[in-house]
Amino acid sequence: MITELGHYCLILAFLVAIVQMVVPLVGAQKRWSAWMAVAEPAASVQFLLTAFAFGALTWAFVTSDFSLKLVVLNSHSAKPMLYKISGTWGNHEGSMLLWVLIVTLFGAMAAWFGGGLPPSLRARVLSVQAAIAVAFFAFILFTSNPFLRLATPPFDGQDLNPLLQDPGLAFHPPFLYLGYVGLSMAFSFAVAALIDGRVDAAWGRWVRPWTLAAWVFLTIGIALGSWWAYYELGWGGFWFWDPVENASFMPWLLAAALLHSAIVVEKREALKSWTILLAILAFGFSLIGTFIVRSGLLTSVHAFANDPERGIFILIILAIFTGGALTLFAARAGAMEAKGVFGVVSRESAVLTNNIILAVACFVVFVGTLWPVIAEMFFDRKLSVGPPFFNMAFTPFMVLLGLILPVGAMLPWKRGRLGRAMWPLRYAFVLALALGVLAWAMQTGRSALGPVGLMLGSWMVFGAIVDLWSRTGRGGDRIGRLFRLPGADWGKATAHAGLGVTMFAIAGLTAWEQEDIRVVQLTEPFEVGAFTLTLEDVVQEEGPNFFATTGIVRLQRNGRDLAELRPEKRQYPVARMPTTEAAIDYRFLRDVYVVIGDQQVDGGWTVRTYVKPLTNWIWAGCLMMALGGAFSLFDRRFRVAAGARRASGREVPAE
Amino acid sequence: MIRNWTAAIRSSVLAVAVLASPVWAVQPDEVLDDPVLEQRARDLSQELRCLVCRNESIDESNADLARDLRILLRERLVAGDSDEAAIAFIVDRYGEYVLLRPTTGGANWILWAAGPLMLLLAGGVGIGYLRGRAAAPQTQESALSDAEQERLRQILDE
Repeated sequence: MITELGHYCLILAFLVAIVQMVVPLVGAQKRWSAWMAVAEPAASVQFLLTAFAFGALTWAFVTSDFSLKLVVLNSHSAKPMLYKISGTWGNHEGSMLLWVLIVTLFGAMAAWFGGGLPPSLRARVLSVQAAIAVAFFAFILFTSNPFLRLATPPFDGQDLNPLLQDPGLAFHPPFLYLGYVGLSMAFSFAVAALIDGRVDAAWGRWVRPWTLAAWVFLTIGIALGSWWAYYELGWGGFWFWDPVENASFMPWLLAAALLHSAIVVEKREALKSWTILLAILAFGFSLIGTFIVRSGLLTSVHAFANDPERGIFILIILAIFTGGALTLFAARAGAMEAKGVFGVVSRESAVLTNNIILAVACFVVFVGTLWPVIAEMFFDRKLSVGPPFFNMAFTPFMVLLGLILPVGAMLPWKRGRLGRAMWPLRYAFVLALALGVLAWAMQTGRSALGPVGLMLGSWMVFGAIVDLWSRTGRGGDRIGRLFRLPGADWGKATAHAGLGVTMFAIAGLTAWEQEDIRVVQLTEPFEVGAFTLTLEDVVQEEGPNFFATTGIVRLQRNGRDLAELRPEKRQYPVARMPTTEAAIDYRFLRDVYVVIGDQQVDGGWTVRTYVKPLTNWIWAGCLMMALGGAFSLFDRRFRVAAGARRASGREVPAE
Repeated sequence: MIRNWTAAIRSSVLAVAVLASPVWAVQPDEVLDDPVLEQRARDLSQELRCLVCRNESIDESNADLARDLRILLRERLVAGDSDEAAIAFIVDRYGEYVLLRPTTGGANWILWAAGPLMLLLAGGVGIGYLRGRAAAPQTQESALSDAEQERLRQILDE
């Protein structure tokens, strides 16, 4: 019964979305305020209906309603409750429902908090947002309906893919979708502004919080996915340049570019048409990501439920939205005159450089991801593009970005002098250089990767500190002023330092990792780097829906016990899938990562041990980036702007 | 195109099946005694794709074919092949699909040059734009439209 209600609500939401797409748009064109006013209640109703539909599906998963086909395919009565709930979005149909739920959530939030927007702009934004929802409602209802029943329900379900039964992955999709779909808001604002024919500082100010929020969620989502891969897949890799990872990474890069260029629109009324283009492309890449994941065009380790028919449907959505928006852009972009005048050396030009690097880096990932398809279609060559290519072709852009970032962040608006911006950074530079040389002298290998990474990372971290300190002015109570600085200043410094931390961690981990593979006899100690490990016992255990072979490993250093590690090999009988559960001793400076394998003929066990320096810093850096975004998001200026119309005409301090 | 997709789906089902088994790459019995040679083998095997499991190198994969390739690669290195010769030996037998780092030959130059060329292009356009901005005549910072001027006058008059 609840299922049918959910299904019914989904169809109703589809119809409401159609109304919300058409009526306010016509109203905005004809200046009929009653028609424009339809948008807000429609957005709320549409969200509530979709939320009910999603709730109904979740309920079916929670109560293990095996008359529902989707539940049978993706759940099992013995599964822990967390994974029953996360099973709702651990499959194609449910995840699309979550996707569209978030589209409607953002639409509703724009309706609730968009009081300060001019009515015609708000009506158009909500109408475009509803158009996106219409496309995905149709996609769900016509190709991927989650509410299909079975005539003869089986006794129990087929269980969720065990790899997905993990806390990290339970929350990875919701965050990722909040990010992907959050960019739809920037897209809606861009298209509405194009229809409106007007982009000004106020527009930049309205679009930035949405982009920031989307980017923060995307950062968290990607970091969670990468962390999951690290501890779950069993060899401690954290990024594989897999097509699906790239699909989430491309919108992240463009969103990062967009949230910087929107600052220029807001403060200086320049880079307008470029910002609009970025907003369109960023969401376009979200759609491309969806297409890549669901169509099966590119094979990936993520291999979702994919189906050519669905692929073509998403391709049509992609073509209509991106193509339509770009056509509109081509027709209208010329009308957007830049106002602010600035010198070749200025904060504006620094942001432009940042945008060029990020967009080109995104382009490299895009070409690399699609090249196997292009090569096969046009050149009849079957080839692969893997991590070695991306590491070579992508990394230089990030190094370049890291090098110029602290200088660009210090440049003043309008007109600056390079020497003057770089002078306060002299200590940061010398310190970073000294650290790099120190690392070079201390390491045993000959690889330059670690020292260069340390230099670059610390250059960015110290640069961010100098930047923040320089904002406190001269003399007097600088410490006090430091804590009274606007959230945006703290956000900027935190996010920039976070990027430095992540870059350093990736370089350090890649350069200084130690690996050991061997057959281990019970109770015979062995050494890996500075550590002594002993496999003390191997026991058989039973979990709620799996059996495990667990090794008990004592980890010691200089004769002192550090930890008892319990790497597992699990067998999920229902899904008939084994998984490895690595045991990790997490520490500030390094992880020790132990995986147990098969028993050998001589009674020993294969054991793989890694000493992984700085791994946690990768995600600490991501967290800092996300936090930085959040600090900026909660800057008082945005809250003032959100509720007040006068903000649109108010003089914006040019810093 | 459709046929391509169905093939792709079939292979991705395969990918899941392979991913299913615990990832358990290089086995202790494969490791060469000579650490220098072993390191070369490890480096090279990260550049070679496991053919049945799609997006994994033979260094990471636990598939039987990946193991066979790892052993074959080590045999070539022990036999005194250079890195290039050992890779060429495997490419001759399995095709360029096995290379995770595509060659620069033929149309692949587009792939490799895409980034640098795009950077040059974007940099050129960017510099042109900056020059234009720097030379542009100073306009009114927050010019108001006629309607807004009217509204402003109303407010001031009140």
